[in-house]
Amino acid sequence: MSESLQNPSVYRALGLSDEEYNRIETLLGRIPNHLELAMYSVMWSEHCSYKSSKVHLKRLPTEAPWVLVGPGENAGVIDVGDGIAVAIRIESHNHPSAIEPYQGAATGVGGILRDIFTMGARPIAVMDPLRFGPLDDPHSRWIAEGVISGVSGYGNSVGVPTVGGEIVFDETYRGNPLVNVLAMGVLPAERLVLGQASGMGNLAVLLGSATGRDGIGGVSVLASAGFDENTDSSDKRPSVQVGDPFEEKRLLEACLELLEAGLAVGIQDLGGAGLTCATSETASRGGAGMDVDIRAVSLREVDMEPFEIMTSESQERMLVIVEPCNLAKVLEISDRWEVIADVVGKVTGDGQLKIRDGFDGPVIADIPAATLHDDAPEYERPLERPIDWFERQRVDAGLAKNSDYESDLLFMLRDSSWVYRQYDHQLFLNTVVGPGDDGTLLRLRDPRTGRETGRGLGMSTDGNHRWCCVDPRAGTKMLVAEAVMNIACVGANPMATVNCLNFGNPEHPVVMWQMSEAVDGMAEACIAFSAPIVGGNVSLYNETNGVDIAPTPVVGVIGMHPSLNTPPPGMGIRNGLTIIVLGQVVEKNVAMGGSRWAWDIADCRDGCLPEFDLDQAVKTASFVAGLVQKNSVSAVHDVGEGGLAVALSEMAIRGATGMTLDGLSDHRLLFNETGGRVVIGVETEKVNDLLEEAKAAGVPVETLGFSGGMKFTIGDVIDIGLDELTEAWRTELPDALGQGTVSA
Amino acid sequence: MSRHIGVVQFPGTNCEQDSIDTIKNLGGQAEILWHGSDTVGSVEAIVIPGGFAHGDYLRCGAIARFSPIMTAISRFANSGGVVLGICNGFQVLTETGLLPGALQKNVGLKFLCQMESLIVDSTSSAIGKSFKSGEQLQIPINHFEGNYVCSPEVMCELEANGQIFLRYESNPNGSIGSIAGISNKEGNIVGMMPHPERATSVLLGSMDGNRILSALFEGNVKNNS
Repeated sequence: MSESLQNPSVYRALGLSDEEYNRIETLLGRIPNHLELAMYSVMWSEHCSYKSSKVHLKRLPTEAPWVLVGPGENAGVIDVGDGIAVAIRIESHNHPSAIEPYQGAATGVGGILRDIFTMGARPIAVMDPLRFGPLDDPHSRWIAEGVISGVSGYGNSVGVPTVGGEIVFDETYRGNPLVNVLAMGVLPAERLVLGQASGMGNLAVLLGSATGRDGIGGVSVLASAGFDENTDSSDKRPSVQVGDPFEEKRLLEACLELLEAGLAVGIQDLGGAGLTCATSETASRGGAGMDVDIRAVSLREVDMEPFEIMTSESQERMLVIVEPCNLAKVLEISDRWEVIADVVGKVTGDGQLKIRDGFDGPVIADIPAATLHDDAPEYERPLERPIDWFERQRVDAGLAKNSDYESDLLFMLRDSSWVYRQYDHQLFLNTVVGPGDDGTLLRLRDPRTGRETGRGLGMSTDGNHRWCCVDPRAGTKMLVAEAVMNIACVGANPMATVNCLNFGNPEHPVVMWQMSEAVDGMAEACIAFSAPIVGGNVSLYNETNGVDIAPTPVVGVIGMHPSLNTPPPGMGIRNGLTIIVLGQVVEKNVAMGGSRWAWDIADCRDGCLPEFDLDQAVKTASFVAGLVQKNSVSAVHDVGEGGLAVALSEMAIRGATGMTLDGLSDHRLLFNETGGRVVIGVETEKVNDLLEEAKAAGVPVETLGFSGGMKFTIGDVIDIGLDELTEAWRTELPDALGQGTVSA
Repeated sequence: MSRHIGVVQFPGTNCEQDSIDTIKNLGGQAEILWHGSDTVGSVEAIVIPGGFAHGDYLRCGAIARFSPIMTAISRFANSGGVVLGICNGFQVLTETGLLPGALQKNVGLKFLCQMESLIVDSTSSAIGKSFKSGEQLQIPINHFEGNYVCSPEVMCELEANGQIFLRYESNPNGSIGSIAGISNKEGNIVGMMPHPERATSVLLGSMDGNRILSALFEGNVKNNS
C-alpha cells in the first residue's frame, strides 16, 4: 500500500473530507488502499449516505398498518388488498440532466424502474415532475426538450407508461433543472423480495449490461457537488451514464421471470455507486459478507482498473443472489432473454466485503461490508433562518400595479399536452385518467390474473418552489394537501407518500433550515392525511455559481378509489351546471405571497402565504373523493397555481363551454392560492342535496355561478371569449418551445 | 366460437399482454409465439402487437424480420391465414414485405400518444368486413414512426384493390392519403398504426377496438384467397 494515500489530495479528489478519511482509517485499523478509498468515497457520498439529511428525515412519519416496507429499501411497498401490493419510489436525476439532458432523463427512468422490479414488482407507471429554467432562455429550452425526449425515448421503449407529472419553468432552475421520476409497480403481496444476501455459499450473479467506464463517480463527483462557472459542465459529461432501454426491457423480463420462478434469494439493482453499493448492501442487509471476483465481471473495455469496475454506474445491471443448485435455471432464463449473466461473487459468513483479483486470487480490498452503510458519517449541519425572513414575511405581495386581470389570466394559462402526448401513457390498459388532469387514475388489476379488482389507484406528484421559497414549512404542507386534493378529484383517498427533497447546498445554513422546515411541514401534513412517507430521495447541491435553487420538495401521493365503475367526471364542464367552490373560506384581503401572480406578474418574491387550515383540507379532500366515487358531480377540478380564475378557465376550456360567475372582484380573490379548495360543477337539481351534504361534512361552500354560452365572464372584471381563452392556453408551450434551442 | 390466437413476442415487444388480455376478455384463447420459434403451431389467427421489437434498433422492424417466427408467419399468411399487425407489428409486416409501403417518422418529428378519430374505408379485408364503409372509430395511436409512405403506383393499387382499411380523420403523422391501416391484396394480412386493444373499455374512453379484435374470430378467412 502506497504511502501517498495519506496525501489529502488523493482522498479529497474523491470527494472525502479529512475527517471522513480519518474515520475510514480508524474503521479499517490501517491505511486504506486506493480501491478501498474509492469504494468508501462513493458510498459515503451525500447521494448514497444521506449524511446531511438523515437527521431530519427521522422526523417523518413512516408507519401505518398497510405499509409493508417503509423508507430504506429500494422502494416503499403498501398493501392494497386482495393480496396485491404496490411498490413506489421517486428519485432525482437533476445534475446528469443539466449536462446531458436526454441521457440524464433516460437513465433516471431506467434507474427508478430497477428499484421497482428489485422488489419483485412489475413497474406499471412512471410520473415525471420536471422543472426547467425560463422558457425564453434558449439553453433552458434545450434542456427541456432533451429531457422530455429522454423520458419519451426511454420510457416508451422500455414499455412502462408515463401517466402523469408536472412541468414548471422558472428562473430559479436556469442552471440546474430538476428532473424527478416516480415509478410504481404491482406485485402479489406474497412475492415481496428484499435486497439481501443470505445463505453462505450462495452465488452473486451480475445480470445485464457489460460494465464500462460510464458514470464513474456519478454519485460523488456529480450528484454531490454544485455547478460553478469554473467547471465547464461539459467536463463532467463522462460522469453521466448512457441508457439502453432495450437492454433494460430484457433485464426486467428476465428478473421478473426468475422471481416468479422463485429462483432468487435476494436481488438488488446497480444504481449509484454501482457494484460497490449492490454487493455491500445485499451483504450487510443479510448480515453476511461477500467475496467478489473482479475478473468475472464482463467489461466493455479490457483495461479497466479495479476501482473503475467497482464504482462504474453503467446502466441496466442487477445483482441476484441464487442458491448454487438454481444457477443453471437462472442462466437458462437469462440466456433466453439475451442477458449477460456472470457469477461474480459468493456469500460468506464473515461480514467482510472482499474484492479479489481472480476467483481464488489475491484480495485487493477487504472492508467490513456494513461500515460502508452503517458507519457513514451523519452531519447535523448548522441551520439558520434567513436574517430578513420576518421582514420579508411582512411584505404585502398583493400590493401591485394597476393590473389588467384579463391579460394576467391569459398569461397564466398553459396546456401541457405538447409534453405528455410524447409519452406512451396508455400501455397496460390501466389509464382511466392520464396526464393533463388533476390526478392520475389507474385501474387496479390483479398482477397474477390480470383481472379487474373494481378499484383504482389515484396518483399525483406536486411541488411548488414559490410557496416553499416564501415559507418552506407551510408551503410544503400546502403542496402535500394539493397532491391529496388532486387524487380526491379522481375519487381516491390517500394511502402513502414518497418524497424527493430537492434543495441547494447543505453547507449553506439557510438551505439546511429550508430542508428542516420542509420536513416538519411534510410530516404534519402526511400525519393529517394518514399518508405516511414510504420512500424517497434527497437531492442536494442544486446550485449554480453559489446560488441555491428555491427549495423544491416534491411529493408523490398514492391512494385508493374503492369502487371504480365509471370514469371520474374530469374538469371539463358542460352546459347548465352550477359552479361551486368547496373548502377553506377566503377572506377579502387574502395574502398573495408565493402565488404565481405575485411571482410572475407582480415580480414579488416576498410576502407570506395565505392562511392554510390543514384540518379543513382533510375534511374537504375526503368529501370530494366521496362525491367523485358516488358520481354525484359533473365536473371537478383542484384549485392550484393561478388560483380560482385559472382553475375555472381550465374547466371552461376543457369542456368547451363558457361560464358566468360572480364574487371574485379583484386580483386577490381571482388569483390567490389558498390551499385545500376544489371547484365542482353540479346539475341544478342536485345542488340542494349537495349543499346539505357539504354542511354535514363540515365543508364550506360558495356558489360562483353557472356554465353555458361561449364566453368566460367573472363579474365586471373578466369577459373573454372561449376561443381566445383556449388559444392562449393551447399555444403557450408549443410557441415557446418552437423558438429553437442552444446546447451550451 | 372460441378462436385460438397467436400473439407474437419479440424481445422488446410490450403490448403482448394487453393483446392477450383483450382477446381473452372477448372470449378467445391466446398464446405467445416466441420470436425464436420456427412454427406458429395450431393457432387460427395471429396478432403481431406493438412495442419495440429488438429495441427498434437500426430501423423499426428491420431486425425483427429476421427472427425465425417471421418465416413461419409468412408461410401461414401465404396460405391464407389472418395476420393483424398493430403499430410495431405493422412496421414489422412492411419490413418483411408482407404489406406494401413503409412507415417513417411522424411529421413534426415527435412521438404521439393520443386518441384519434378513424374512418373505415375499404371493408374487403378479413378485419374490415366487420365494419361499414364510412364508420367512425375512436382508437388511440402511440408511435414515432407512423407516417405511412408508398410510391404513387402502390397508392393507385391500394385504392384500386380496396386495400385501404382505415384513414385518420385529421392526419396526425403526415401519412399519405391519411392512411392509418391497410391490408394486402388478398385481405388476410392487415396492418394498422392505432392500438385497438387500448380502446376496449368504457374506463379507457372507447370500446371501438373490441370490434377490430373480435373480427379475428369470425369466419374461415383461409378460403378468401
